[in-house]
Amino acid sequence: MSALSLKPHLYDVEAIRQDFPILAREVHGRPLVYLDNAASAQKPKQVMNKITDFVTTEYSNVHRGVHFLSAAATDRYEAARGRVKTFLNAAHEDEIVWTRGGTEAINLVASSFLSPRLEPGDEIVLSVMEHHSNIVPWHFLRERQGASLRWVDVSDDGELDPEDVARAIGPNTKFVAITHMSNVLGTHTALKEIVRIAHERGIPVLADGCQASVHGKVDVRDLDVDFYVMTGHKLYGPTGIGVLYARKAHLKAMRPYQGGGEMIREVTKANVTYAEPPMRFEAGTPPIIEAVGLAAALDYLDSIGRDAAAAHENALARRAEAKLKALNGVRLIGEARDKGPIVSFETIGIHAHDLATILDREGVAVRAGHHCAQVLMERCGVVATARASFGLYNTEAEVDALVDAVQIARKVFA
Amino acid sequence: MDAHLRELYQEIILDHSRHPRHFGTLTDANHRADGFNPLCGDKVSIYLKVNGEDRIEDIAFEGKGCAISVASASLMSEMLKGRKVDEAETLMGGFLELVKGGEGADLSDDDREYLEAMAGVSAFPMRVKSATLAWHAMKSALEGDGTAKTE
Ligand SMILES: Cc1ncc(COP(=O)(O)O)c(C=O)c1O
Repeated sequence: MSALSLKPHLYDVEAIRQDFPILAREVHGRPLVYLDNAASAQKPKQVMNKITDFVTTEYSNVHRGVHFLSAAATDRYEAARGRVKTFLNAAHEDEIVWTRGGTEAINLVASSFLSPRLEPGDEIVLSVMEHHSNIVPWHFLRERQGASLRWVDVSDDGELDPEDVARAIGPNTKFVAITHMSNVLGTHTALKEIVRIAHERGIPVLADGCQASVHGKVDVRDLDVDFYVMTGHKLYGPTGIGVLYARKAHLKAMRPYQGGGEMIREVTKANVTYAEPPMRFEAGTPPIIEAVGLAAALDYLDSIGRDAAAAHENALARRAEAKLKALNGVRLIGEARDKGPIVSFETIGIHAHDLATILDREGVAVRAGHHCAQVLMERCGVVATARASFGLYNTEAEVDALVDAVQIARKVFA
Repeated sequence: MDAHLRELYQEIILDHSRHPRHFGTLTDANHRADGFNPLCGDKVSIYLKVNGEDRIEDIAFEGKGCAISVASASLMSEMLKGRKVDEAETLMGGFLELVKGGEGADLSDDDREYLEAMAGVSAFPMRVKSATLAWHAMKSALEGDGTAKTE
């Protein structure tokens, strides 16, 4: 065997960058360094081309007409559902429900699955590091139906101990809602173990996979999770589309979410009967173009290789962490052992918004603020953090640009 | 570093953000309000003591926020102390114009010169709310409704 064939497959980030035209632009006269991927990822040509191709040749409404284009568009749209099924390794296509985004998927579960099953005093278990979209829908049930929220804490490093979930589950617990990866701390939770613990006690689990699904393979059957949520725009796909994976048995037992076209079997003056899942939960004209775009994004991600991309991103994040830590006066927020490519930090004496403003003038886009996780901010004793989050197209040079820009900010505030 | 940034974080602003004037509470305040920017979590509480002649006899603020919001509150407190209540409104109008890139035509030359330190914000539209938070809180304190949000 030649030495060459033993070489690991090279991750060609420069070639990947060619797929993302926006990365070539400048910001304030500097090359764009886009490190706000956890908020939303940029779109590759492959996705844009697929959308253009679909809209140019086969677009129409779906499930409605007998004409040629309606059939063609319906095929493309349903094929996209099948693409999500394989992406998540779900058992059936009809376990995939389209939503407007991750937020709507969680609201759908709160309103169609949990709400009808709740009695006053029932408990919902969630972690302190949830995104507001995995908190507020449960607060609705607290406000409207007298449910109470049980919070699972994280360690100072940002780790979530599955045993703490076990301890939080009591006789009145009806549901566990937990993130698969924190959008602030980067913590990758031990979801499979959490699901096992909850199921032992007969409690269903929703996992917020809006971040985790972008960074590595997800197998909903292996995780054995009841509900899994993704959002298209973070997966290099379009805005306006998200995914709810739910077990068939749950979907069949769930009441409709919104009422309208597509979700019915029959409507009369006196009565209405509903379509089978997943259409029961997809009232109105669905995000057709977005679904085709999302399928293209998943194809793209798999063509790069989800594990290869995650390894690349994690290496960048660890490099950033090491370099930021080496600067005096930078504190990392979130140092879990199992961590994705999300780096939150505080620069002592510089508020995150001032830091982000200065970084921006250097072309470096990071997020500053509470990241829709105010419960976590309170737990960490901070008002706001700066957050650099890495995508499959980021480079080591961009990590260095980030660190250089942080040093410039420190000079301004010296 | 570019010129806009240098103007935004000029020495006066950094100085006020590091050593805010009138920072704290007023035990004999007769007007107060909290300002909150839900986008970034900046918080400010304003305390005012207005006397029988509608003059702001004393002012204080406390809170947490970025350099721009703290400096703005500090500059405001320096400027308003001893002013009449109706002047405060004019000053606020002029200030809002300046941070949005306007002239502040209703301001006296002295006031404009003083507030111009904050005008660098106008090149940073995403930061205008940081600069205006304390002023909005001051206005609600005078109007007596207790809380202010930026827009
Ligand atoms: C962890 C997490 N959950 C949920 C969401 C909500 O996703 P969306 O805003 O696309 O509905 C986000 C992103 O904003 C997120 O980071």
